[in-house]
Amino acid sequence: MSTLKTLNGNQTIAEAVRQVDPDVMAAYPITPSTAIVETIAKFKADGLISGEFVCPESEHSAMSVCIGAASAGGRVMTATASQGLALMWEMLYIAAGLRLPIVAGIANRALSAPINIHGDHSDTMGARDAGWIQIYSENCQEAYDNFIQAFRIAEHLDVRTPVLVGLDGFIISHSMEVVQVEGDEKIKDFVGEYQSVYPLLDTSRKITVGPLDFTDYYFEHKRNQMAGIENAPGVIQQVGKEYGEKFGRYYGFFEEYRMEDAETCIVVMSSAAGTCKDAIDELRNEGKKIGLLKPRIFRPFPAKEIALALKGTRAVAVLDRSACPGAFGAPLFTEIRNALYDYDPRPKVVNYVYGLGGRDIKVEHFKDVAEKLDKIAETGKVEEIYGYLNLRE
Amino acid sequence: MVKLKDLAQMEDRLVAGHGMCLGCGIPLIFKVVLRATEDPLVIANATGCLEVCTTIFPRTAWNVTWIHSAFENAASTIAGVEAMYNALKRKGKIPKDKTIKFLGTGGDGGTYDIGLQALSGTMERGHDVVYLCYDNNAYANTGGQRSSATPLGASATTSPAGTHSPGKLQWRKDLTKILTAHNIPYVAQASPSRWQDLYNKAKKAFEVEGPAFLNVLCMCPTEWKYDESKGVELAKIATDTCVWPLYEVENGKYKLNYKPKEKKPILEWIKPQGRFRHLFKEENAWVLEEFQKKVDEEWEELNRLASI
Repeated sequence: MSTLKTLNGNQTIAEAVRQVDPDVMAAYPITPSTAIVETIAKFKADGLISGEFVCPESEHSAMSVCIGAASAGGRVMTATASQGLALMWEMLYIAAGLRLPIVAGIANRALSAPINIHGDHSDTMGARDAGWIQIYSENCQEAYDNFIQAFRIAEHLDVRTPVLVGLDGFIISHSMEVVQVEGDEKIKDFVGEYQSVYPLLDTSRKITVGPLDFTDYYFEHKRNQMAGIENAPGVIQQVGKEYGEKFGRYYGFFEEYRMEDAETCIVVMSSAAGTCKDAIDELRNEGKKIGLLKPRIFRPFPAKEIALALKGTRAVAVLDRSACPGAFGAPLFTEIRNALYDYDPRPKVVNYVYGLGGRDIKVEHFKDVAEKLDKIAETGKVEEIYGYLNLRE
Repeated sequence: MVKLKDLAQMEDRLVAGHGMCLGCGIPLIFKVVLRATEDPLVIANATGCLEVCTTIFPRTAWNVTWIHSAFENAASTIAGVEAMYNALKRKGKIPKDKTIKFLGTGGDGGTYDIGLQALSGTMERGHDVVYLCYDNNAYANTGGQRSSATPLGASATTSPAGTHSPGKLQWRKDLTKILTAHNIPYVAQASPSRWQDLYNKAKKAFEVEGPAFLNVLCMCPTEWKYDESKGVELAKIATDTCVWPLYEVENGKYKLNYKPKEKKPILEWIKPQGRFRHLFKEENAWVLEEFQKKVDEEWEELNRLASI
């Protein structure tokens, strides 16, 4: 039965884990994702989940346990953040390369140095080329919905690719919200039975997993791996649609907010999109034709769909919650600007980095961005292609 | 006692056609150890000589289920496989009467050094797995760099002997003792020169409930630089000089498995190996003295522990 529960972001992930009941859960505590691991441990202690819960001695080993367990042939999840994801980095590539459908909850947090425990996207953006599907959540409800869908996406036989679900550290991981939690049986039904592909535990087959490739095979195997994530968009859409039909909340590659006749647009992911919606409402009341595009799927990047949604606007500001030192813009910006290159006419696109280390972003900051966009739209000129919001300089 | 004739009739789980060096100790060790259980087996192999030489795609020398994921995590990988086995057994997806054994393995690089943390975690958590370290005293797969298992005075490519250095300056890490300190049910040190002892230890390790650790001396003609036809003999000298004592610790109780009638001087171990050649220069005499002194102390300590 569907019920309303007051949960924070970490608890919503743990609640989803309880309902899905994966075969193996292996995770190492790290702020701000610790409560995910603790809640799962308590569920296990209270007999509410039947899978194995493993407490490895590091995140590197947590992902290694997940890799061993997923290769063995069953459903697997983990959770981490920041330095923990960074420590897993080597194994993230191997999980993807071995085509293991592991699902990870990431309470997005800044990377050291300086050490900081608050929310930004440096951790998952650092892992953007690791071969994982990346889904970002605006609030607790989305974190719950995304995490459940992640199993279906990862495990789809045409995809077989690990998925990470991001929720902003503290801002979402520690904020209480009223969340619609669906019935246990309905969730189990939705996720379905796990289908093993070449499981190690079928010892009659005596397979060799993870052999050495030289120059003669590596390239082809990497190409085959990419086919998995290339197959993901259709599956992501199908799963999002099916989820909507079952539970009333539909999901796609991104959300468009008041974009119908927008001349300018702000692109921002995750929790900041919620604040941005308030700013858009106020600006619309003032008569400005502005909208929001909130990407949900960052990998595989829905380039064509985003370009089509933006190409009719005159100016776009892409807001990134991570920096990319030395690059021509931050990660989301470079993807979006690249996606628009083939369209003529196309909007001017600028980039603002915001919120590093959990620095707040408020309605007024979005309004400043809107003002700059107005000027660009009016003059057709960009003075500064790259800047920062709410930063003392 | 098991007979060689019977072992020879068993199916090979590591078959011919691998690319390991002439005289390498690894295949010898695995041919014995993999015969010590008849149950289905899953092996997680750390990056290293064994992994590289047995699985060059599209060929494999493994006639048993096998996985490699990375260098430092064979222990965590096999722990994950074992966790899934427990979960699926409990859920009835694996028949109750089916038993699978789990073996994690790596060289001294993947075990003493980069993989020590993962190994410690897996042992502490009590996974029902065997971990075998084939200790060839160096990072042999990458061309013979020093490891924390490289002996004092050995010339390795990152601890080379030179006009200002007698080779490696540090005494080797005692990994078997570190594993003993994990208070796991079974820890043993073995050598391929005494195959029956190695077989018995592997059998115990597979049979014991909970984690077991085997540290096996592994000859490496490439990095030790000796006549590759004399490998087993050299491994025997290691036990006769007490450089590599054979012992086991079962539920905390030490047992010496081999006491040489006459303990030989370490020179018999040192002399045949090119990696120690420079130690016979006058200025390096202190290294040989120090080596003998340390071996004597450790042997004495081991005898004391075995007498408790």
